[in-house]
Order: sequence, then C-alpha cells, then structure tokens
Amino acid sequence: MSTESAAEIAVRRSVSVPLDPARAFALFTTRISEFWGEHSIGESPMAAVVIEPRAGGRWFERGTDGTETPWGRVAVWEPPGRLVLVWQIGFDWAYDPALETEVEIDFEEQGPGRTRLVLVHRHVERYGEHTASMRALFESPDAWAATLDRYAALAG
Amino acid sequence: MPATASAVLDALGDPTRRSILERLADGPLAVGALAERLPVSRPAVSQHLRVLKDAELVAESAVGTRRLYRLDPTGIEAVRAYLDRFWATTLDNFAALAEAEARRDPRPPDDDRRRPDRPPPEGEHP
Repeated sequence: MSTESAAEIAVRRSVSVPLDPARAFALFTTRISEFWGEHSIGESPMAAVVIEPRAGGRWFERGTDGTETPWGRVAVWEPPGRLVLVWQIGFDWAYDPALETEVEIDFEEQGPGRTRLVLVHRHVERYGEHTASMRALFESPDAWAATLDRYAALAG
Repeated sequence: MPATASAVLDALGDPTRRSILERLADGPLAVGALAERLPVSRPAVSQHLRVLKDAELVAESAVGTRRLYRLDPTGIEAVRAYLDRFWATTLDNFAALAEAEARRDPRPPDDDRRRPDRPPPEGEHP
C-alpha cells in the first residue's frame, strides 16, 4: 500500500549486491565518489563526494581546488539499514536551499552476505512548482545556459 | 505520450520562453496579455507558446472565445524519466563496485571465526 498522495511523484530503483547490509551501507556512504560518475555541479572538477556520517550532516561535493558545493544534507543516519538524504539540486542542476527533495536508501538483508538496496527519490513534483528554483534560474540566464548544456549532455 | 527530456530542455533553452513560463507561473494568461508583458510581438509569443506546448510545459484551454495558457506539469514527467535513468546508472555503478569489493575481501558473512587470518580470542594463549 502506498502512503503517497496522488500529487507526489517518486522515482524508485533497486539493486542487489553481494555484501551484508553493514558493508553495503559503509560502501555507499564512504565511497560514493567512486560510483557517482561525472555528475558534478561545482565550478571546479569534482574531487570527492562527501556524506557526513550523522543526522544533520552535510552532503556536498569537494572540487579539485578545495571548494565545497552543497548538495543537501543527511536527514536520517541509521546504519546499516536506512539512510535518508535531502537532495537540494534544482531543475537547473544548481544547489537551491529552497528546494527539498528526498532520497531514501534502505539496505535490506536478502540472505547471508547479500543486500537489496532500495532507493526512492521523493517529491520530484517539487521540480515542477516553478517557484524558487525556477525563478532563480530565470533570473540568471547566463548561468542557466551553461548548466542547461550540461544537463542536456547528461540527459543524452 | 510524455515529452522527451530533450524537448523540455530545448524549450527551456530560450530566454523568451523562460520569460513566458515566468509570467504563467503567476496564473493563466491569453496570448495578448503575454505579448503586453514581453518585449516581443504577438506572433512571436504564439510561436514560442507552440514550442512550449509541444514540450508539454504549457497547456491551452478555451474560455469563451479566448484561449488561455497555463503551466502544464506533464513536461516535468520527462524530468522524472531522466532521474529514473540517472539513479539506474548510479546504482548499477554501485553494484559493480560492491561486486569488486566482495571479490577483493570475500568475508564469510555468517561465521567470521573460520577466517584463517583471525587471531585466536584472548585468554586462549597457552
């Protein structure tokens, strides 16, 4: 049974990995830089993605020049079973403190040494509210053009 | 059929079309009212509205003899589809890393005591 309202849009994906939940959780949170790919939003090339290991911790990208670009924050930190990240990247692929979408990752034990990771990205509808994040991008057309090019390239 | 992410992005790539969406964010408007609020001609506004309609970012409705334009959330579905692909790729990458990690260190999950390199527990030394 879904607890979502009709207006809520969520994206769900899952994957099974040959590690127990504790190792899967640790791998996901400490080595995210290694599987994140090239989805950088900072101004300098991405050196690392950091998830601070506590509720209320920051979730950010560190560039090769040392600058830190926020992505959001840690809402729930419950190893080895549950991680909830607040994802504050706008429709323009820039950090927007007024936008809050939620990425919940559950690590479910499937058997000895096997974990099913279930990811739900909630409140995707908030991208469509055309409020702060959309206005922000309308107001900075030059920045928008650059991020749009990048977004289009990512979308293929 | 939902708009493609690229159609949405193409539609959003033009500053006049972004201005139109910004005006419509405050509520539905007719083409004439939009043209009054923008430094472009009415035919140009109509042309941009067609592109925005094709991307399903704007919807049109008839009110009496007038046609009103409003924001359409359908185009956002293309963004949802984009995020779906984005997470699929990210989780596939994660699974590949996890498999490499399991091969590198195939720790018995249920019985660490069988590990040959594990020192005997304290108190069992002669």
